[in-house]
Amino acid sequence: MRKLLAGVICATVLLAACGGGGSSDIAPGGSSSSGGSGSGGSGSGGSGSGSGSATTNNVVNAIVDDGPAALAANGQGAVNIMYVSVTICAPGSTTTCQTINHIQVDTGSQGLRIISSALNSTMLNALHPVSLGGTAGLAECTLFVDGYVWGPLYSADVHFGGADTATSGESAPNIPVQVIETSPYPVPSDCDAAGMSTPENTVTTFGANGIIGVGLFNYDCDTYCDTTEGVSNGNGYYSCTNSGCSATLVPVASQVVNPVHVVAENNGAFDNNGVIIELPTVGANGAATVSGSLVIGIGTQSNNGLASGATVLTTDANGFVTTNVTSLGQNDTTSYFDSGSNGLYFEDSGIAGCTESYAQGFFCPASTTSLSANVTGHNNQVVTIDFSIAPADMLFNANPSFTAFSNLGGSAGSQGVGTFAWGLPFYYGHNIYTAMENVDAGGTIGPYFAF
Amino acid sequence: MKALTRPVPSGALRKQELQLPSGTVVTEYVGSNDLVYAVTWHGPTLPNLQLILGNYFANLKAAAQQPAVRRRLVRVNSPDIVIESSGKMRAFAGRAWVPTMLPSGVTAADIQ
Repeated sequence: MRKLLAGVICATVLLAACGGGGSSDIAPGGSSSSGGSGSGGSGSGGSGSGSGSATTNNVVNAIVDDGPAALAANGQGAVNIMYVSVTICAPGSTTTCQTINHIQVDTGSQGLRIISSALNSTMLNALHPVSLGGTAGLAECTLFVDGYVWGPLYSADVHFGGADTATSGESAPNIPVQVIETSPYPVPSDCDAAGMSTPENTVTTFGANGIIGVGLFNYDCDTYCDTTEGVSNGNGYYSCTNSGCSATLVPVASQVVNPVHVVAENNGAFDNNGVIIELPTVGANGAATVSGSLVIGIGTQSNNGLASGATVLTTDANGFVTTNVTSLGQNDTTSYFDSGSNGLYFEDSGIAGCTESYAQGFFCPASTTSLSANVTGHNNQVVTIDFSIAPADMLFNANPSFTAFSNLGGSAGSQGVGTFAWGLPFYYGHNIYTAMENVDAGGTIGPYFAF
Repeated sequence: MKALTRPVPSGALRKQELQLPSGTVVTEYVGSNDLVYAVTWHGPTLPNLQLILGNYFANLKAAAQQPAVRRRLVRVNSPDIVIESSGKMRAFAGRAWVPTMLPSGVTAADIQ
């Protein structure tokens, strides 16, 4: 594989300053305004399967707010991040448990990962390391495009929903969970190199106490890490002892799993085919906080049926659909719906980017811009979405303490085809279904998105 | 790293496609001077971007310190190099090119 323009020319060029983004967090005013959500929805309302009461087994209370306390203490505040609480217990125990708040809900990844500083010492001592035998423990390098997390796998009983206890809600017994920490095993050099020496191993660098990946797939790696390569370019599973870590294949059953794949309700019912995110409409000026639900299962209970007015968009094998923004006339073929993206990210060279450091990476048009897009699934079903992009600096300045915005977007690239990430702004006022691979969800086999 | 390499004829564009064991496809765009002026990638794993981008990896690394979107998107937009690295677990996609090296008639829109 040849290097991009390797050789003398680029070595002597004084490279221009990097463009692109600021942090997705904004520096907040710390005090909270008690403003409620703005009036008047701008999007079409979601078709309704109602969520149950706060103590329904398959309903997980969710909130969009400024994030865990450690963020505010560090002068940061979350924007458009959806959080839930997760209760983890030592395997087989309903008393040695801890409920951790501000776990990010991510339909773009698979698996539960928790920053070790969010766990108390009792829990850290009570969890069992996942091992393939002998004294070696399993650890994982999880790469993102902007960095990585690293840490060992532990077996835990995981509970969420219901009353946020070990004996209510959905339960996944004895599943591998990644605890993000650089001890007892230090980060392997190839992990750090591939992760661009940009770890996100703390609450402040990660932006949450942890993340629950409830995406389209059952495992975070699956067959590839079981039969082909344990580690590719630093990413993947390692077998570790006090002497160091080495890449290893891992049976699928020992890999970090999408909890939805294996949960059962407290009453024995099963909801293992996907999730629905239900968030209320957020008006043009945003909202201080938003409360909603993460509903487990599609078409498995009376509260999670696939709404009759919903359109199912199946995805390709990688989980992509195609978005065509009408005014741009281009097909963004790596498009997806994703609660883990905090804006609507797409390429539009016609919309100005913000210049302020606190809004860097977002769009700042001269005034709120109305756009329309057609989204096409792998099944050739098409949905038209009308959406707005407001100037981010105006939004942030008008209400510095607000954390939820339905019209926040940013550039995904400079020109040409690219990606369109329908992030959390689109979720406000729409019930969005994420159906998992190879399983029937409300009459259609996943993976698919529906709304 | 075992990989399958094959040339991909495509009109005026000379491309070399490489498939990693994970299924990730890396496509190199080669100019008449045999230099690589653009690269794209897509697939379930991130390719070795240090190897692919060479000296420009440092640009990407610096931009990663202030990502456009946490965990989803890193962009470098400069006269010397444009890099767009995006995606999520099991679904990554990216493009990189040297603007001054695009052959005549080739635009960024051709780099996919």
